[in-house]
Amino acid sequence: MTITILGIFLILLAVAGLYVMGRVQGSRNWVLGGFIAILGLGGLFVAASSGVHSPVGYYGGLVVFAIGVLAVFNLVKLAFDEAEKRKHGPAEAPAFEWSSSRAKNLVALALVLVGAGTVAFHFLSPWWWTPIASNWGYVDDTIIITFWITGVVFIAIIFFMAYCVYRYRHQEGRRAVYEPENKKMEWWLTGLTTVGVAGMLTPGLFVWDQFVTVPKEATEFEVLAQQWQFTFRLPGKDGVLGTSDSRNIGPENPFGLNPNDPNGQDDVLVEADELHLPLDKPVKVLLRSIDVLHDFYVPEFRAKMDMVPGMVTYYWFTPTRTGTFDVLCFELCGIGHYAMRARVVVDEQSAYQAWLDEQLTFAQLSAQARNDAAAELVPASSEGEADSAKPGFVWRDSN
Amino acid sequence: MAYFIPTAAEHIPPAEVPEVELYHPRSWWTRYVFCQDAKVIAIQYAFTAIGIGLVALVLSWLMRLQLGFPEAFSFIDAHAYYQFITMHGMIMVIYLLTALFLGGFGNYLIPLMVGARDMVFPYVNMLSYWVYLLAVLVLVASFFVPGGPTGAGWTLYPPQAILSGTPGGAEAGIILMVVSLALFIIGFTMGGLNYVVTVLQARTRGMTLMRLPLTVWGIFTATILALLAFPALFVACVMMAFDRLLGTSFFMPAIVEMGEQLKYGGGSPILFQHLFWFFGHPEVYIVALPAFGIVSDLISVHARRNIFGYRMMVWAIVAIGGLSFLVWAHHMYVSGMHPYFGFFFATTTLIIAIPTALKVYNWVLTLWRGNIRLTIPMLFAIAFIITFVNGGITGLFLGNAVVDVPLSDTMFVVAHFHMVMGVAPILVIMGAIYHWYPLITGRMLNEPLGRFHFWVTFLGAYSIFLPLHYLGFLGVPRRYFEMGETTYIPESAATLNEFVTVIALIVGFSQMVFLFNLAWSFFKGKVADRNPWQATTLEWQTPEFPPGHGNWGPTLPVVYRWAYAYSVPGADQDFLPQNLPPDQASADEGLERPPGVAAQSAE
Repeated sequence: MTITILGIFLILLAVAGLYVMGRVQGSRNWVLGGFIAILGLGGLFVAASSGVHSPVGYYGGLVVFAIGVLAVFNLVKLAFDEAEKRKHGPAEAPAFEWSSSRAKNLVALALVLVGAGTVAFHFLSPWWWTPIASNWGYVDDTIIITFWITGVVFIAIIFFMAYCVYRYRHQEGRRAVYEPENKKMEWWLTGLTTVGVAGMLTPGLFVWDQFVTVPKEATEFEVLAQQWQFTFRLPGKDGVLGTSDSRNIGPENPFGLNPNDPNGQDDVLVEADELHLPLDKPVKVLLRSIDVLHDFYVPEFRAKMDMVPGMVTYYWFTPTRTGTFDVLCFELCGIGHYAMRARVVVDEQSAYQAWLDEQLTFAQLSAQARNDAAAELVPASSEGEADSAKPGFVWRDSN
Repeated sequence: MAYFIPTAAEHIPPAEVPEVELYHPRSWWTRYVFCQDAKVIAIQYAFTAIGIGLVALVLSWLMRLQLGFPEAFSFIDAHAYYQFITMHGMIMVIYLLTALFLGGFGNYLIPLMVGARDMVFPYVNMLSYWVYLLAVLVLVASFFVPGGPTGAGWTLYPPQAILSGTPGGAEAGIILMVVSLALFIIGFTMGGLNYVVTVLQARTRGMTLMRLPLTVWGIFTATILALLAFPALFVACVMMAFDRLLGTSFFMPAIVEMGEQLKYGGGSPILFQHLFWFFGHPEVYIVALPAFGIVSDLISVHARRNIFGYRMMVWAIVAIGGLSFLVWAHHMYVSGMHPYFGFFFATTTLIIAIPTALKVYNWVLTLWRGNIRLTIPMLFAIAFIITFVNGGITGLFLGNAVVDVPLSDTMFVVAHFHMVMGVAPILVIMGAIYHWYPLITGRMLNEPLGRFHFWVTFLGAYSIFLPLHYLGFLGVPRRYFEMGETTYIPESAATLNEFVTVIALIVGFSQMVFLFNLAWSFFKGKVADRNPWQATTLEWQTPEFPPGHGNWGPTLPVVYRWAYAYSVPGADQDFLPQNLPPDQASADEGLERPPGVAAQSAE
């Protein structure tokens, strides 16, 4: 149905375009450009919608789009040339004089060098993405699309300016062309820009939809942040994380788990700075902070989210490659921000299971803590009581 | 389209306007210090802003030294480093750029360009400056209190901004910061009301809104944005001060700090971010729109060609201003707000690219078929276009929610906003200073020094920030005191950082050359011609040069045409001042309207 409507729309547009081409002199390149732009945009839509399922549609669509962009730019250039030919008046520049205008040409040359240098730097730069280790390749693809669209525009503008500086440099006795506005050209430029913007936004929104839609089969784990470390909590055998509240946090309960929640008793607590994840299993990261904003980011995974005290944030990803990866805090969290690190190790399932079996649960750790406390209680019982009374001073509990 | 005809009006007899309402200074104090003349206030604003801007420049050197040569300087520790970045950012954005564009250029140019004697409320205008100065002094004071200034980052995100893990968080630093901001906003509101009312009410005869130079349009729209956006920051500052001083919990949820339960609960850190960015995003355009306006005029004057598509340019300024209030949460894609906001804010953010791109096209098309004088202001304008386009397109990366996810809080963001709202507007400021210095002082700035300053600044700044984008792709975080050990950052990144630091110091040095030029030319510079750039706008047409108190002598100027009558066919000279009566212009004024309009009105 949608295809039919779109098809009819395109055909009508083509008819209208042919009509205009026949009637308005010199409009051929503009009409063709617009039509190709729409086709190119169609390619982008094909790419965006088939991205998940079919690489053929994806790359095919992108190729159509790329060809469209190039063709449109070429046509715009031709149309400009044509328009300029028709103009008359005192704007004709005399022949190129090297000696008198060397300085001006150096400016044009500098502009060309800045443009060319930028392109060269882009392609020669050794600093680029880390090899990806998650399912978010689409994020990288969206960036590549954005790079091409914006890069072409950027270079076109620089080179066009260089051309203007060279071609229309000041000469005594020459007048600029007086033309307050050119509605048609402005609308065309606006239209083309809109196409380009849509070309970046559309895939972006498709991928954002995937990013915020957590698949049902994703297993959860929690990262708890505080100044300046990460700790981790995994659901136990029941697959459910117990409830928690930062009011419960104390020396014996560093995660603030609700001691009365049976789901929490078998939660696995990892207080080391290393977390293991199984390969190729989608995971939903639940993010908690108990003091200030933090952010849990592994550059190779391409996905991040701030951790906000008072709420639980999340994102999801699927590790796609084994290895050990750096975790960095990516939201300024105070003076130790730069040193707030951890590691994520992506394992094959068997190695992951072996690691998991070594970790202790909340129930085991609290039993251990109770034993330690009992041992400590003998010399200093009064101090221990004072500690346990402390939560009584908390704002909310006093109500 | 008959509503816009930038053509000669019927002859309007000039009006004798007694300027009784003007306050005349009677002593040295009221002439140069507590002065109500907008031109003097503008100079005061500019000196103060540039002065505090030099502090920010030094801070940037210090932080670059740390990034380029970590552990080489014992006096830069993490505590100091975070203070450097915070104060550098805050000073540059608020106390330099906002104050210089609106308080400096706004005060100097608005009355002159619209043909007014002064701002409408000169006394309030004077107060505006003194409150601004007080805000700057409070800001400077925070360097000298125990614990030093705040190190919370210029975004001041709570809870960390008011907790002890952040420099100045538990001491006076953060308090002085929010007090200074509140004072700045109070001072700005006084000035801002003046700019808006002056543009609306004090335009001279014939100066319709669609004949205003784009400089005035830019400053005018930016001021309206600022008047609407700054209150959000004001509220956020007041609430944060309450949280810190009175123990309220506007932004503070239950917090366990270093193992200790704090007496906070129920507040929302994200609320602060919404308030901050509701101000913070329009702030980008508060800085950008005056730059857009000024650069339009620089390009038009020095290319000797009318600005291309004036109406579209005005429309784009207004559209950008309106849209800028609908995009704030694109700073918060990974803040933990509801993820569905991403769809809306990504869309609005990319839409704002369309009017912005249109402005760029029109600048470039103004050069096209022009008669370009490569003066220093023109060089800066061209450099502005390049850096602004560069920074603008990286904004299309960050505005697209999903692309922002890996890039947010990396060096890519640092590179992006420095390019788009640091380098680009500052290039415009410099171009504008080279352009209007003769008007203010009656002397030209030294040309060879200016060219040296331009090339070092432009090429230097570009090669500082271009590579930083690529460190961001790599995943180098911003706001890191030092990188330390990682598995994914190669050695070469450290080399690049050294390179960037060296360039930053060189660019910094070239600013000293600029300051020297400003001072030297004031005394020794070439005496300027009456209208050295042959500009059409009113500020160059005053009876006294440089313009005196009251600007216009006994009669206010009468405006007959738009501000872009350059290279009008048939005219004797290639520019027609706005106040030149049509009978002296000897141009085919009919051609002065857009061709389409002429055809239509003929029908």
